[in-house]
Amino acid sequence: MDANELGWWGVPLAILGGAIRVGTPLLWVSLGETVTEKAGRINLGLEGTLLMGAMAAYGTAFVTGNPWLGVLAAAGVGLLLGLLHGLLCSLNRVNDTAMGIALMLAGSGLAFWLGKPLIQPSAPDLPAIELGGFTDQPAVRAALAISPLFVLGLVLAFGVHAALGHTRFGLRLRVVGDSEPAARAFGLQPVLYRVVATAFGGACAGVGGASLSLVVPGAWSEALSSGQGVMAVALVIFARWDPRRCIWAALLFGGASAISPALQALGYTQGYYLFAALPYVLTLALLVGLGKPGPKHGAPGELSLNR
Amino acid sequence: MSTAAMPLAAASASPLRQRALALADALLPALAALAIAVLGFSAAVAVAGHDPVEVWALIFRGGFGDAFAWQNTLQRAAPLILTGLAVALPAQAGRVIIGSEGALVLGGLAAAAAGTVLAAQGAWLAWPLMALAAALVGGAWIALAGWLREWREVNETISSLLLSFIAIALFNQAVETVLRDPASLNKPSTAPLPDTLMLPPLPGLDVHWGLVLGIVLALLAWGVMRLTPLGLALRVAGGNPRAALGVGLRVPLLTIGACAAGGACAGLAGAVEVAAVHGAANASLMAGYGYTGILIAFAARFSPTGVVPVAILVGGIAASGSLLQRRLGLPEASVQVLLGVAFVALIGCETLRGRLLARFGGR
Amino acid sequence: MQDRQPMNRRHAVAAAGALLASAAAPWARAQTPLTVGVIYVGPKGDFGYNQAQAAAAAALKKLPGIKVVEEESVPETVAVQKSMEAMIRQDGAGLIFPTSFGYFDPHMLAMAAKYPKVRFAHCGGLWTQGKHPANTGSYFGYIDECQYLAGVVAAHATKGKRLGFIAAKPIPQVLRNINAFTMGARSVDPTITTRVIFTGEWSMPVKEAEASTSLIDQGVDVLTCHVDSPKVIMETAERRGVFCSGYHASQAALAPKGYLTGAEWDWSTPYGLLVKAAQTGAPHPNFLRGGLKDGYVKMSAYGPAASAAAKARADGIKAQMMKGSFVIFAGGKAGLKDNKGATVIAAGQSLAQTAPELERMGYLVEGVIGSIPG
Repeated sequence: MDANELGWWGVPLAILGGAIRVGTPLLWVSLGETVTEKAGRINLGLEGTLLMGAMAAYGTAFVTGNPWLGVLAAAGVGLLLGLLHGLLCSLNRVNDTAMGIALMLAGSGLAFWLGKPLIQPSAPDLPAIELGGFTDQPAVRAALAISPLFVLGLVLAFGVHAALGHTRFGLRLRVVGDSEPAARAFGLQPVLYRVVATAFGGACAGVGGASLSLVVPGAWSEALSSGQGVMAVALVIFARWDPRRCIWAALLFGGASAISPALQALGYTQGYYLFAALPYVLTLALLVGLGKPGPKHGAPGELSLNR
Repeated sequence: MSTAAMPLAAASASPLRQRALALADALLPALAALAIAVLGFSAAVAVAGHDPVEVWALIFRGGFGDAFAWQNTLQRAAPLILTGLAVALPAQAGRVIIGSEGALVLGGLAAAAAGTVLAAQGAWLAWPLMALAAALVGGAWIALAGWLREWREVNETISSLLLSFIAIALFNQAVETVLRDPASLNKPSTAPLPDTLMLPPLPGLDVHWGLVLGIVLALLAWGVMRLTPLGLALRVAGGNPRAALGVGLRVPLLTIGACAAGGACAGLAGAVEVAAVHGAANASLMAGYGYTGILIAFAARFSPTGVVPVAILVGGIAASGSLLQRRLGLPEASVQVLLGVAFVALIGCETLRGRLLARFGGR
Repeated sequence: MQDRQPMNRRHAVAAAGALLASAAAPWARAQTPLTVGVIYVGPKGDFGYNQAQAAAAAALKKLPGIKVVEEESVPETVAVQKSMEAMIRQDGAGLIFPTSFGYFDPHMLAMAAKYPKVRFAHCGGLWTQGKHPANTGSYFGYIDECQYLAGVVAAHATKGKRLGFIAAKPIPQVLRNINAFTMGARSVDPTITTRVIFTGEWSMPVKEAEASTSLIDQGVDVLTCHVDSPKVIMETAERRGVFCSGYHASQAALAPKGYLTGAEWDWSTPYGLLVKAAQTGAPHPNFLRGGLKDGYVKMSAYGPAASAAAKARADGIKAQMMKGSFVIFAGGKAGLKDNKGATVIAAGQSLAQTAPELERMGYLVEGVIGSIPG
């Protein structure tokens, strides 16, 4: 049978496929968080936003039968939650670390509460983009059946990079994130930019959640997210606030999660918990290596993490 | 108002008025948050088809209604006090640590391992050693985050979070392989502690001694912060590191020490869970106490003694979830929503602090 | 561990006998109102483990004089002790079902010591005479019998001779299922192999999806599993166009084309026995075990993809199991080897379902590709 030939080169194929599958939600959340952090705000509550997005996407797709409406609903819900975080953190004396964690608690609780009736039903999945039409081997075809949200994520990554680097809005947002006095000197209103950036971040996180519930694993459950929302914050740092590097970072983190099953399928089983820790060890090593991330690393000066 | 009477009135009413105003200003954020949380949650349950009054009555009854409810609440609050301190103590030195979950599981593992080694000894020898092991391991783990900040300016919030994930992976690996009790076939676990080494409940109450440990440590922390030069040094180091360095305080040592103290509390929380509840270290240790502790510390504004009542309140609300499920069919998640909304409100209402004083004070 | 099996087996048989006797006697059928408490570790509608328990609880609600209080998503911490205690004190429960494995020790035992008049029935725990109090007990089913039959059906369906098994944790109950499934398949065709992947946790949808995809990429064309909620695995299999075999409860609705059959629990049997004992005041059954014959487990209805030959063969073996004359774990002529080459069951030796060695299983049989993670 064809599959017998896969053997060893099935591993890189599986890892690539897995990296794309597991990395897509990470890509979306990290892109949103990159924009948020570039404006000088940190949102640790993306886990809750992601879950609310996943639940909203699944519910909408189930009720309407159209998964794309689900994605839209997820983006909308994420936008609202991001807006809430942005507005509340703009108030004086409100700590954005704490607010993020509190919103994570509230958001995930609400997602579980509202999502109770969604555990059983099956909602339609997003159709995959089949790139493997040239081959007969089902495994290759499957690995090359790319999630449309991954493709959109790639487009978004380049779009965000272009917007941040080459548009007036992007420049202003970066100034707001780098130095508030400079922003005010230019007559900008930092609060406005930060709220918009946080809302955008929330919308992206919502779509990331939709990727979980409508693509892989393609179901709603309370164990759906194993910390992807929080992992994305580490990812943004790992990517040094560059949207294009977010793509590689998301693939790396996603691949690390996918390595374990791929190796097990071939019979290697040692230390599978340690693989789970690998992305975090890498991020920590990067942080230690970077020292304090400065402007040359793309780090926004106003970000509370860098003060 | 006659011009003659005014200066007199101003002179005698002012200090009292100032104090009343200060009190109102201090209470306003909490009261506003309470109002928002109550209204918000009431609206949510009303939309879900339940009577809010009935829900609040059940929450009160489930958390604080009778002796049984109180014991349930205190039992849940015990680890939360310790994990709240785990965040509050480093915060005294200006460090925001959110990785206490990792320190908790490693501390629990250390205590379980120590307990297994010391199984033949009496409790009075074993317990301090188990506690020491847990405190050292937990303290070292968070101190690492503090040290990375001092050495390479790595933000301790992020590094403690990453370290927490790494700690959980290490814990799982150890419990399933190296330290696994071969008899724990169906749930990987370390070797069970002998009954002699299990923490007994408080006399007359169904709550274990971990509660007392938490309260004692909270009082101790308060005492150190308020009454000793070390506490003052910590607060200066946390508030204004440059000034602290300027007066010759060894800021790095102080901040790393504060982180270690916080980590030690988290480790002790793990040790207490092992010795008082589970009797071994296994996956049940990861119950989210660390993350709830973060919110408790913030809500208590990092005051060590403030952590205790907040932890009890949170414990009570969490305890009522069971009653809500059985009586009204409200899912467990509804209690999580209440806690989340309450914390969002509390942290958001911080913005009201000082506004009364600014508006009405200082004439 | 001493060999306490014969003692408990006799005890179970005696208890069952006493119950049958009391059931037959009309004057003994007391309709004492009884409140039963059921505690789940996850949501009831999870298409898996908890759903199977909830189905039995739902069956109890229909019985006269029975009131059921349920609580979901209770973690395996001190919280479950308080839940049990609350059910006893606030709801007056006389029989409690803590359904997750991790509730047993220390939580259920602590509550049982505190409330000696209340009965506790745990799923899956190893109740031991002399070690555990008399008001506690455990029930479990030999679902590996169903997995064996599922393996037989899978063997007929697979074209590539490769089966896949996604397992949560390498504990004896799980290994037993993996082995039974493999042995059932290999009894039809000895060249069939089973690839196993351990996800490490009872419920990790992303890992389960990845594991499914990874196995299918390796040429597996029949998937089964032992995780809390098989929903993701079944849906992934259906999406990729391979066959699947269910677990815990029927997931046929999720995979209308590819669902062959499944291994399901029928907890209403032990639940019924326990409730009846509580109502009539008979002693609490301490150790309930049973397979297909005793009605503790059942097979899902065959799906459209199960061939007639497969059904005939599986039904034939099932009939033998119903008579109690079929042994899965037997050494046969050459002994049963594990997948590292060692002999784990000697030639000629056969282990009945109640054998204690099976509850301590720590190997994967020949034909399973994969190893127990260490």
